[in-house]
Amino acid sequence: MSGPLLAIRDLRVDFATEKGTVRALFGVSLSIDPGETVGLVGESGCGKSVTALSILRLLPSPPAIVRGGEILLRGENLLDLPEKRMCEVRGKAVSMIFQEPMTSLNPVLTVGEQVAEVFTAHRECGRREAAARAVSWLGKVRMPDPERRAREYPHQMSGGMRQRAMIATALALEPSLLIADEPTTALDVTIQAQIMALLQEMRERERMAVLLITHDLGVVHDFADRTAIMYLGRIVEIAPTKGLFSDPIHPYTQGLLASLPGKGTGTARLSSIPGAVPDLSSVPPGCPFADRCPYRQAALDRFRGGADSRDSLGICDREDPPLFEYAPGHFAACHYQRAMRGGGAS
Amino acid sequence: MLRFIVRRLLLTIPLLVGISLISFLMIHLAPGGPISIATDLNPRATADARARLEKYYGLDRPLHVQYARWLERMATLDFGDSFSPDGRPVAQKIRERIPITLTINVLSMGLILLVAIPIGIYSAVHRGSLFDRASTVFVFTGFSIPTFWLALLLMILFGVKLGWLPISGIGSLDYQSLGLAGKIADRARHLLLPVLLAGFSGLAGMSRYMRSNMLEVIRQDYIASARAKGLPERKVVYRHAMRNAVLPVITILGLSVPDLLGGSVIFETIFAIPGMGQLFYQGVMSRDYPLIMGILTIGAFLTLLGNLLADVGYALADPRIRQG
Ligand SMILES: Nc1ncnc2c1ncn2[C@@H]1O[C@H](COP(=O)(O)OP(=O)(O)O)[C@@H](O)[C@H]1O
Ligand code: SF4
Ligand SMILES: [Mg+2]
Repeated sequence: MSGPLLAIRDLRVDFATEKGTVRALFGVSLSIDPGETVGLVGESGCGKSVTALSILRLLPSPPAIVRGGEILLRGENLLDLPEKRMCEVRGKAVSMIFQEPMTSLNPVLTVGEQVAEVFTAHRECGRREAAARAVSWLGKVRMPDPERRAREYPHQMSGGMRQRAMIATALALEPSLLIADEPTTALDVTIQAQIMALLQEMRERERMAVLLITHDLGVVHDFADRTAIMYLGRIVEIAPTKGLFSDPIHPYTQGLLASLPGKGTGTARLSSIPGAVPDLSSVPPGCPFADRCPYRQAALDRFRGGADSRDSLGICDREDPPLFEYAPGHFAACHYQRAMRGGGAS
Repeated sequence: MLRFIVRRLLLTIPLLVGISLISFLMIHLAPGGPISIATDLNPRATADARARLEKYYGLDRPLHVQYARWLERMATLDFGDSFSPDGRPVAQKIRERIPITLTINVLSMGLILLVAIPIGIYSAVHRGSLFDRASTVFVFTGFSIPTFWLALLLMILFGVKLGWLPISGIGSLDYQSLGLAGKIADRARHLLLPVLLAGFSGLAGMSRYMRSNMLEVIRQDYIASARAKGLPERKVVYRHAMRNAVLPVITILGLSVPDLLGGSVIFETIFAIPGMGQLFYQGVMSRDYPLIMGILTIGAFLTLLGNLLADVGYALADPRIRQG
């Protein structure tokens, strides 16, 4: 098959809250090829989950409003699908694991029932066979004693066990795309490693594409073919993971990498960059990163009365920088770097 | 579980004693007593006769002695004899009256559940829809209209103006001569208004409660993950959300026993229904102490039993408690 499996184009999402409209996504574009793993990294609140939930059309609406853009799955725009067709996509073509295994399972249904549901929902088989297949899938995700565990309720299991059950459900129909929204954030460190190892194994066995959302650069380094860095509802840099780590272009990405303790091993949180993430509801014009950016002053100086008089007032404060391609497949959105390094139009 | 039930049952004994003591003091604090109410308007009742009556009923003793004697009899489940002219055993009087009261309350509770749960769920799922807004208006009307007044209005409309429904009692004069089907129909016609009205305010409260429960549940993560599996919205709502939203209703039901019994006093008096509520009203009016105490004790027992059943029911329905 040619072309990407999933292509998000210029996706814009707002939330209509009581305090006014909050813009969550400012035109996000991202594509994923069949079998490819793409990492999506960014601080809490930058719009990773909103991006993920948009794909499955699971944003709570109200308050969420999709203002524009398209989400093409094998060329078909999911945003236009009737709800009934969308249900056929969810859990089958595209499935999702959530951040909070402790609350993502229904407390009054057994774990086995909840895994089995994915088969009956898609009319794969009858109830009895679904139950048997659920047990077999629990085994595949290394749930010890799956027969017994299938009859247990979520509260009888640890977070790691529950996440295994969620993974079993997500993989049961062999989706072409798995969205994993911070699958290990809520877990203990040792369990995190186990779950990532399991995802790795499953990805290889099922040959599915994965959108791995995390705020841990160490995880994407080991796991993702390409990595997108998100900041305030925009993708500010996206590149093959190797290229991103060896030659980060956006100052935000550079800050993130600098805060990693050892090369590719750490579990650094992204918050070590000076400054705080501004509130999405009060985004000024210009580059979203301007008030935390170490290059902004340099950019100001360079452009002041310079070759391009258009920029004499400081372009960083006026124009949201678009993505430019610096190396094959390596895009970043920064006026300063554009001027310093050049680079073709995106 | 069994140990839990036994412990709770044992715990009801001191509670019942406490409640009965308070009730006992309250009714003796109320102005007037059985003797004065029975004799004040009777010119032939001499002071001597009153004293004899007081002695006969044991009312000449100090209050704590009276209470101790009552408690002593209760220990053998002896409710004593009514002060009313018939002087029949309180237990017997209550036994005659209790079935109709329980019938009305169970029916109105069933009505509340059958109507309020779907209304609440539908309103929550279609929040902001015309139905939701209409039901909100209905609910606030339900809260603000005094039910006894509504009862009188409906009696005038259906009983007097339209003549469709009887407005008092639980059977027509020719009840005994009717066939089985006729008896059932006749009883149903008599109970329709009382059951509707007994359930009316509960209906409003319960539907609101269900709505907010359901809205709360729908926001939970497990609902999103149910949707992510590709379950149709219908299944998400009825299989995943509803169960969780309905669970707490069990507790509410158990706690609503005293409200229902209190309501019975009003409805049975308005509709002249020979139930325990009406008996209680008559007992209070004539200061029939043994009868009042008997009914209060049974009411307290039913309340405690309701709480216990609610806890047990909840534990059975919620795996988080059931499985420890
Ligand atoms: N239900 C909601 N109501 C209002 N705003 C929301 C809602 N969900 C998300 N947002 C907004 O979208 C932004 C991005 O959220 P999210 O995608 O969950 O962040 P994260 O990158 O941590 O997953 C938040 O900062 C918030 O402003
Ligand atoms: S555009 Fe300007 S403010 Fe934004 S990251 Fe680049 S240099 Fe910094
Ligand atoms: Mg998130």
